Amino acid sequence: MTSKFKGSRLAGLAAGLLLSASFVGTAMAQDVTLSFLVDNTDASTVTVAQALADAFMAKNADIAIELETRPGGGEGDNIVKTRLATGEMADVFLYNAGSLFQAINPQQNLMPLTAEPFEANVIDTFQKTVTAGGDVFGVPFATAMGGGVMYNKKIYADLGLSVPKTWDEFMANNEKIKAAGKVAVIQSFADTWTSQLFVLGDFYNVITAEPDFADKYTNNQAKYATDAAAIKGFERQEAVFKGGYLNEDFAAAKFDDAIRMLATGEGAHYPMLSFAAGSVVSNYPENQADVGFFALPGDDAAKNGLTAWMPSSLYIPKTTEHADQAKAFLAFVASTEGCDVQTKAVGVTGPYLIKDCTLPADVPAVVADLLPYFQRDGGTAPALEFLSPIKGPALEQITVEVGSGIRSAADGAALYDEDVKKQAQQLGIAGW
Amino acid sequence: MSDATHAAPRPKRRTTSAYPSWFYLPAAIIYAVLFLFPTVASLFFSLTRWTLFDATFIGFDNFVQFFREPFLVKGLVNTLIYAVLTSGLKVVLGFLLGVLLTSRIIARGYLRSVLFFPVLVSTVGVGITFTVMMHPTTGVINETLGLFGIKGPGWLTDPNLALFSVALVDVWKGVGLATVIYIAGIVSIPQEYYEASLIDGASAWDNFWNITLPLAKPATVTVIILSLIGGLRSFDLIWAMTKGGPGFTSDVIASVIYKQYQAGFYGLSTAGNVVLFVMVAIIIIPLSGFLNRQGDGQ
Repeated sequence: MTSKFKGSRLAGLAAGLLLSASFVGTAMAQDVTLSFLVDNTDASTVTVAQALADAFMAKNADIAIELETRPGGGEGDNIVKTRLATGEMADVFLYNAGSLFQAINPQQNLMPLTAEPFEANVIDTFQKTVTAGGDVFGVPFATAMGGGVMYNKKIYADLGLSVPKTWDEFMANNEKIKAAGKVAVIQSFADTWTSQLFVLGDFYNVITAEPDFADKYTNNQAKYATDAAAIKGFERQEAVFKGGYLNEDFAAAKFDDAIRMLATGEGAHYPMLSFAAGSVVSNYPENQADVGFFALPGDDAAKNGLTAWMPSSLYIPKTTEHADQAKAFLAFVASTEGCDVQTKAVGVTGPYLIKDCTLPADVPAVVADLLPYFQRDGGTAPALEFLSPIKGPALEQITVEVGSGIRSAADGAALYDEDVKKQAQQLGIAGW
Repeated sequence: MSDATHAAPRPKRRTTSAYPSWFYLPAAIIYAVLFLFPTVASLFFSLTRWTLFDATFIGFDNFVQFFREPFLVKGLVNTLIYAVLTSGLKVVLGFLLGVLLTSRIIARGYLRSVLFFPVLVSTVGVGITFTVMMHPTTGVINETLGLFGIKGPGWLTDPNLALFSVALVDVWKGVGLATVIYIAGIVSIPQEYYEASLIDGASAWDNFWNITLPLAKPATVTVIILSLIGGLRSFDLIWAMTKGGPGFTSDVIASVIYKQYQAGFYGLSTAGNVVLFVMVAIIIIPLSGFLNRQGDGQ
């Protein structure tokens, strides 16, 4: 086993050794099949996972990787937790970094990767979000993202609008788009997770106003309902509904419908994570130049910046029987070669979190709009879920209610505080 | 139970039981492993903060939390509305359809099977199909209404309407079973009553009101009990159609419990299941006793 593992690892690092390495592999016989569980929230996730698996298999004839998909959102969380608890987890699986990672009890369930040489390739900012009890447990899959507003550049050009730097400018744009007979803000509440961006994507503005918000929030000292900066996300979501800017079928539309409306110019704004650029590229390639991106604006144009999301991570459960092969696969993903495979599969979706990975010159319009935030000092702040282990699980239902006028912003924020408290208690965090 | 029979001298016992006591063992083991153990275990876990990986004992905190859950009161009210509405409609429609399908009409057998067909279809399949048909702008229902110039509502997206839309689909799917129970009940009413009333010159309405309705009471009791229990613990159709949404507006107890489970609050959701169990028992046991006593009185 060990010699075969070394063989495949060499293959992963040096393409020149490919032939001899696979000879070792076949000579040792006993082929191994790795199961690989990914979510199917977005079509491009599966495409990237398949591309990585194919490229890895091409180099390692003795290891096969079988892709398995699961739903995203709360249902996906449940599947991951249940399979970990019952010891039925796939050999390699994809799951969120940050607070959701903390909730799957990493020290008990996951294989620590701190000592693996490939972890040296992973950028520190990301490592922090997959660290528990001093050990690192994952490698990044895909690229960093931004949470903000994807917009249709054609509508902006036709109506002579410019990218808003403050919330007031954003609302003024909405008014003009509505007056022109277009949908100003697209929402897709049938996929409830898509409703959270106004709150979660506003975090750059929160932390700029109150730099210690994340710590106070974790320590039960800051509440959404009573914090002047934090409640704004809820209030803004309410304001957009009250302005009548939403698509008629906002309550029944799904993520894919929203992407269609945005790409084809039925609607102008879609608050979303920038990874959705992948869906635009794969489903509406002819429209990809029409879709741009800007950060969710705050009160002050001088303090405009982006709430950044870390990508999901690949983990190995402790229960795997093929730890060596699984690590070899992770090493491949955490290499510049892995980055290139991903770029080839779906194009660039944002900056990679692997050292020395490069981006091609021509990137999709969304990414071209996204990169400057990352290149500017202080242009980004991580989303709250990467600074605090606590994220209330009912936020998506609450934001659906606030965003459809069923519940007021103040009420929604207070309800979310209750939800956060429950989660903090469940995680056993001191002070709750 | 089997211990007691073991301890007793065999010859004496022979007379009371036709089977040797080991004969009960397989069923007893299955019952203990699959029913008794989980029941006891869930009572224990409902008193803990449980992460699936470890459990901390916290007394009755889960129950306190569950009753403080802001969506719970809404879920409770919705559950009752849903159960009473579906149960009531199934009784009324099931009975009328039962009368229709026991009368001499053309293609009776065919109509009976058409009516029963939805019962055989998977609930989730029905839910997904109706979700598509009830889409506010592109669904076939609202497009049809649009042909007549009526602007259909957001069946599943209007917070005031979502629960009722799901309840109607539930009735569509379940009324076949209620009808079959009524057909059996009506067919078993002796013909002599009708012959006697014919001689007395009674009208069809009198027959219906004074013979069919009261004598079909056992069927009514069965339908009420079955559909009420079904309505109280209904989950699959609601989850397939609205997931309790929009927001929390069509949440029922079962979907609230499921969401707690989904979010990883395993102890809390187990406590919710204990509450649901108690609630169903409190409603059904007295109701069943009451209805059956009334039935015996006839």
